[in-house]
Amino acid sequence: MKRKKATLLLQDGREFSGWSFGYDGLSEGEIVFSTAMVGYPESLTDPSYSGQILCVSYPLVGNYGIPEEEPDAQGLCTRFESERIHVRGLVIADYSEKYSHWSATKSLSQWMQEQQIPGICGIDTRALVQLLRDEGAKLGAIVPEGCPAPASFPDPHLENQVAIVSCREVTHYGSGPKRVVLVDCGVKHQIIRCLVARGIEVVRVPWDYDFNTLEWDGLFVSNGPGNPALCEVTVAHLRKALEGDKPVFGICMGNQLLSRAAGGRTYKLKYGHRSHNQPVRLVGTERCFITSQNHGFAVDTSTLGPDWEPLFVNMNDGTNEGIRHKTKPFFSAQFHPEASSGPVDTEFLFDEFIAKL
Amino acid sequence: MTDKTIRKVLLLGSGALKIGEAGEFDYSGSQALKALREEGIETVLINPNIATVQTSEGIADKIYFLPVTPAFVEKVIEKERPQGIFLSFGGQTALNCGVELYRSGFLERSGVRVLGTPVKSIIDTEDRDLFVRRLDEIGVKTIRSHAAASLEEALAAADQVGYPVILRAAYALGGLGSGFCDNRQELEAAAAKAFAFSPQVLVEKSLKGWKEIEYEVVRDCHDNCITVCNMENFDPLGIHTGESIVVAPSQTLTNDEFHFLRKKAIDIVRHLGIVGECNVQYAFSPDGEDYRVIEVNARLSRSSALASKATGYPLAFVAAKLGLGYGLHELKNSVTQTTPAFFEPALDYVVCKIPRWDLAKFKGVSREIGSSMKSVGEVMAIGRTFEEAIQKGLRMIGQGANGFVCNKPYKVEDLDWALQHPTDTRIFAIAAAFESGYDVERIHALTHIDRWFLDKLYNLETTYRELEACPSLAAVGRGLFLKAKRQGFSDIQIARVFHCPEAEARERRLRLGIRPCIK
Repeated sequence: MKRKKATLLLQDGREFSGWSFGYDGLSEGEIVFSTAMVGYPESLTDPSYSGQILCVSYPLVGNYGIPEEEPDAQGLCTRFESERIHVRGLVIADYSEKYSHWSATKSLSQWMQEQQIPGICGIDTRALVQLLRDEGAKLGAIVPEGCPAPASFPDPHLENQVAIVSCREVTHYGSGPKRVVLVDCGVKHQIIRCLVARGIEVVRVPWDYDFNTLEWDGLFVSNGPGNPALCEVTVAHLRKALEGDKPVFGICMGNQLLSRAAGGRTYKLKYGHRSHNQPVRLVGTERCFITSQNHGFAVDTSTLGPDWEPLFVNMNDGTNEGIRHKTKPFFSAQFHPEASSGPVDTEFLFDEFIAKL
Repeated sequence: MTDKTIRKVLLLGSGALKIGEAGEFDYSGSQALKALREEGIETVLINPNIATVQTSEGIADKIYFLPVTPAFVEKVIEKERPQGIFLSFGGQTALNCGVELYRSGFLERSGVRVLGTPVKSIIDTEDRDLFVRRLDEIGVKTIRSHAAASLEEALAAADQVGYPVILRAAYALGGLGSGFCDNRQELEAAAAKAFAFSPQVLVEKSLKGWKEIEYEVVRDCHDNCITVCNMENFDPLGIHTGESIVVAPSQTLTNDEFHFLRKKAIDIVRHLGIVGECNVQYAFSPDGEDYRVIEVNARLSRSSALASKATGYPLAFVAAKLGLGYGLHELKNSVTQTTPAFFEPALDYVVCKIPRWDLAKFKGVSREIGSSMKSVGEVMAIGRTFEEAIQKGLRMIGQGANGFVCNKPYKVEDLDWALQHPTDTRIFAIAAAFESGYDVERIHALTHIDRWFLDKLYNLETTYRELEACPSLAAVGRGLFLKAKRQGFSDIQIARVFHCPEAEARERRLRLGIRPCIK
């Protein structure tokens, strides 16, 4: 087996050497880490990773290969979270060349080749994760042997990643007595599946679409990549919607945009929350939940308007995990109740949203 | 909010160590006693085994070296008058004793409160019929078990579910008196043995070849649940987890499968009303998404001791605190000391548990392993690759192996038989099979061990061959040496390839600048 050397280059010049797998090419982006132990097909296709190189701290990756995508009748992915890989590169320790699973039709490396996504394995990911934890997320590049190193490291957060991954046109999914407009900031398909499965008509609109021109029973603001401060168009539309009384639910980026519409400030976390084991507590209760998370920015709860209050709080670092309006049916979660990948313990939030419609 | 009326607690130990029941309950009992002491609660321990940590000075306030049986426990309770009793830290022995004390009405009469999981929930998990009924209520699939009180009933049940069947003795330790039966004759023989241990036997459909997956779930009195760890057996279903190589976390499950089973485990624990620690064991189909719950242990178990060591999460300690009424969010994560115990450890390593048998010490005992436990202990190895973890484990089990490869020749008359019939040395039969040119597919067909594990083991054979292809030790380059090290090859293993002393391999390694490090 011939393996090609590759280097993971950090913006400050530090290097990690390993082996190239997946696509043989250069990859640049913000290096972030996730501690999830399963779910690489879901993570790689999560649009919230747009602009980022993902380092997986669990060392054995690729074990169960990649399944064949079989979109459902409405064009929703059933195996992945979107139509393509969104991470710019993948950094792992021990790649499983051979995979074993009844559903797999190709290896992780083959899939990444097809989608032109470079990977690097044989990396001391524990050392890299410790570095990222101590010093914060960093810009970097995967440079296969023979490929010239990049001259500079453009920050993906200066670009509006949401505009890159959002849909271009309005799409309808499902049917039912109630209609929800879904603002697509880079929505994971599992979110749409969770709504449709509950007998809801979903109207998916681009991130900058003025949904106030549409008729709806409820509004949903999706997850998405990057810096929420770059989505002021969406926030302006939201502010208008909040003047009404119809239910609004947001997830991840949706929580940040709803918070900004509520007058709150958002800020960048040192290294973010990307894992399947984040504990959150429902404020004012003894109820705690293990959640799936993927975000680099957070809401500063102290800056929320007087009509708003925190809904969930992170039990590890005390950061905001959701907000709600004190009187109107508006609420959001910073974590991922739709899971995929990750624990499904908070899926009931979809039921709560639908009960309000 | 904890109950301040609990000032003295009796803890039931596990009694004598014997084959089928290892020393893990000493660990769980000691942890629980420490947790009670931290709360300023007076502790009384009953355990006849003086050779344990929990009976050492400074762990319990008072120790009765008495058998863990209802008669003795009643006397101790009458004398000590504790307010609470812990049943789930002494394995099956303590649990059975607790159930008897509950059934006889003694616990109620003496006003001793069972802390942690209520006895009713314990009975729900122990009585197979009740267990199936309770899980049916929430639509969770179980292995249909047909209770039989006589040979005739057992035979009729087997005809109904169809052979092969598995026969279990009810209320048994370490799967004592259980076995697989492919036909009527085998069932007759097995049933004769099982009825010697238990008045009731259980006949079930065999799911040979399915994956065996376990979850360790913790629940507090506020209904908050976490799964501390999941584990996958290297050997497919049919081999007792105490007899199987076990890997944590699971390696061959997709996200959907992992979280489907995790969710079911939490649903079960909530429905049964467990407070503390609970182990849920599944059979999981390798070619679909079908599953059965094999069993639920509403107590600290061998698997929970492993999960605890594998993750650093002090399961028994936390379970004891939960029994006193704490919530998971009120307890501290013992590793960070700042974040709460309500979290699920994320590993960046793989853990491999390997059982140790001493079958050679017994005359006439069969080397075959199966659904009852013959092992007497285990080692746990940690690695950044599966290859590293399993090689370290095989080396440290202390039965003469250097790892998976580079051992003394494995002598066997019929290799196919050795692969088909699990024994204490089957892992070395796999190594011998690779050496004889068997491929992963052929070994999988004979063993039903998942191809992923076999592929990883084959990597070790490949590295061995690459080393062997080097004309001399001095010709082994840094890349190959490093690869071997990352796969857990010891200097001795490398020395064996070149028939040289270990010191030479070590010197070559140091010359190549390869040294161990800790991060």
